[in-house]
Amino acid sequence: MKPFQEIKKSFLVSAWFMFLTFPIMVIRVNTVENMVEWRWKNMLLIGVGSFFLSFVWRYLIKRRDVGKKKIGIGKTQKTPLIQRIIKERRILVPTLILVSVFALVFPFIFSLYQTNIMITGLIYVMLGLGLNIVVGLAGLLDLGYVAFYAVGAYVYALLNHHFGLGFWAVLPIGAGVGAFFGILLGFPVLRLRGDYLAIVTLGFGEIIRLILENWNEFSFGPSGIANISRPSFFGIDFSVHNATIYIYYIMIGLVLFTIFVVNRLQDSRIGRAWIALREDEVACQAMGIDKRATKLTAFALGATWAGMAGVIFAAKTTFINPACFTIWESIIILCIVVLGGMGSIIGVIVGSLVLILLPEYLRAFSEYRMLIFGSVLVLMMVFRPGGIISDVRRTYHFEGLEKQ
Amino acid sequence: MEYFAELFLGGLTRGSIYALIALGYTMVYGIIGLINFAHGEIYMIGAFTALIVASVLTLQGWNHIAILVIASIVAVIYSSAYGYTAEKLAYKPLRRAPRLSALISAIGLSLFLQNYVLLAQTSDFLPFPSLIPEFKFNEPYEHIISSSEIVILTATTIVMVVLTFLIKFTKIGKAMRATAQDRNMAMLLGVDVDKVISITFIIGSATAALGGVLIASHIGQINFYIGFIAGIKAFVAAVLGGIGSIPGAVLGSLVLGWTESFFTGYVSSDYEDVFAFLFLVFILIFRPAGLLGRSETEKV
Repeated sequence: MKPFQEIKKSFLVSAWFMFLTFPIMVIRVNTVENMVEWRWKNMLLIGVGSFFLSFVWRYLIKRRDVGKKKIGIGKTQKTPLIQRIIKERRILVPTLILVSVFALVFPFIFSLYQTNIMITGLIYVMLGLGLNIVVGLAGLLDLGYVAFYAVGAYVYALLNHHFGLGFWAVLPIGAGVGAFFGILLGFPVLRLRGDYLAIVTLGFGEIIRLILENWNEFSFGPSGIANISRPSFFGIDFSVHNATIYIYYIMIGLVLFTIFVVNRLQDSRIGRAWIALREDEVACQAMGIDKRATKLTAFALGATWAGMAGVIFAAKTTFINPACFTIWESIIILCIVVLGGMGSIIGVIVGSLVLILLPEYLRAFSEYRMLIFGSVLVLMMVFRPGGIISDVRRTYHFEGLEKQ
Repeated sequence: MEYFAELFLGGLTRGSIYALIALGYTMVYGIIGLINFAHGEIYMIGAFTALIVASVLTLQGWNHIAILVIASIVAVIYSSAYGYTAEKLAYKPLRRAPRLSALISAIGLSLFLQNYVLLAQTSDFLPFPSLIPEFKFNEPYEHIISSSEIVILTATTIVMVVLTFLIKFTKIGKAMRATAQDRNMAMLLGVDVDKVISITFIIGSATAALGGVLIASHIGQINFYIGFIAGIKAFVAAVLGGIGSIPGAVLGSLVLGWTESFFTGYVSSDYEDVFAFLFLVFILIFRPAGLLGRSETEKV
């Protein structure tokens, strides 16, 4: 298109945005002193900013559409770079060694603060991998995943508070109770699909949070539970510093365990049943897969990891209250799975580290970080809907056909 | 009996506000099958715009009713503009993408809009000027139904009638129904689907904005977070009635409003939301497609 038309278009866009943001960006009413503040500078910024950004936007959209057409014509799709790296043993093995060495020495190089952030990141890796079973593999959109996380955390907090049970004793209990709640949720929603499922799971998450908030005798209400004990090592209690490092290593171990289990599950009979369920429910049933059992195991196994992650969360922060488990947590975990690449383990790991660590390091712009987070989500979906590292489907390659 | 009437009318008011928001959800869902997560934010922006306009005009010493009318009109215009822009930027490029991507995009947009208002305005609760006058004729019944409730009920009824007319009898309404039934077929028959989708977003946003203005002047304060909670409630209402069906959204909203109102009035206000959600689960177990939704048999 001619440059003149492009400029005219951008000019219109910028005028539109100046109009759109006028009341909210420009006027601010001070209701206490009854003063109106006019901030014309903001309007100028919006105008100039949207003028230039609209060029970038249109360029990117055009490039995206060209890319799509190429695929449509039938040119072979390149395997993504990262997937090729994973397949290449020569690169994979040294990278793995490097990453594991880095992970092992991490708490000794960096400060306690950094280690704490990393633990949070790893907890979300676990949550992401758990939700990946439900959403990524089985294709059941779960917006109330945080409920199981809350259940795990409260199981540990309450058992610790009332009976003085330790971390290691509660970890399997938390996982079990998580699974139980997963099945509890799974039963009523067996018949629902798609968006009905999403809203019921969302409701389930809210129900759990509201009960925890209001049932004072049971859960101590909004004030939460404090002084939860940290994990001990064969009866030895650590100082705060050492305990954090200890939790870090527990977390590394558990994440490795999770990766191992999820990886094995994916290739198992039940994993393939999940994928079949995700692709087509009717066809899946026609192939003789028990829909009920498959869905319930997906919910139960997903919830198990959330329960465990909850126990660790409670042990790490030593204080929990219902406000830790709002629906935004569920949404962030869902975003981890989708942004990282649904169904791909490496994608989920990268996604959670990016989503949790990035906002922590963006604290310099702490005011704007949620704004940036929101726009990154939109932009990612528009320009890279498969996620950072998308799952590659197993396909058969017919070498001979291509040469003809 | 009077207490019952009070709860009944309270629930009706609540339900009609939910209905104004739920309409946007259900119409958008009916046409493009997307849960427009940012819809609550559009409602919040409507309320905020009205607040800003109303405050500025109050300082100039305008008449209350004139302010109410102007603020509502400006709010409706701006919310529609936001709805339109949101569709163009965050949903249109994802028309052919998987549904989860569009949902995540909607969540991102919701987060963005919330923080945009938070940063540009404030995180505090702002007092909303009470613009709806006290009616003289209503004085003896004031303890049962307040004047603002009368205004809300009247306004909602008018909107519903106009909307029903629009969808049943106008050309664009026909185009919308056609697009909802089968987008590709509608396209083949010469319906400008992109335009229809834009108009759907505009109508949905406009009714949400009206709901925002009415509820804000009824309750008397707003902040940047109101959209999220109202959005979830309205979404529950839309699903309860059968998502995609417009009478369903209204019925679902009224049922939800009454449920909440009676539960709060007779049982306890702590577990109001828990009960609302449990009720939803209960209904969906017996009618998996909502109250008025038709469960479609899947063709293979």
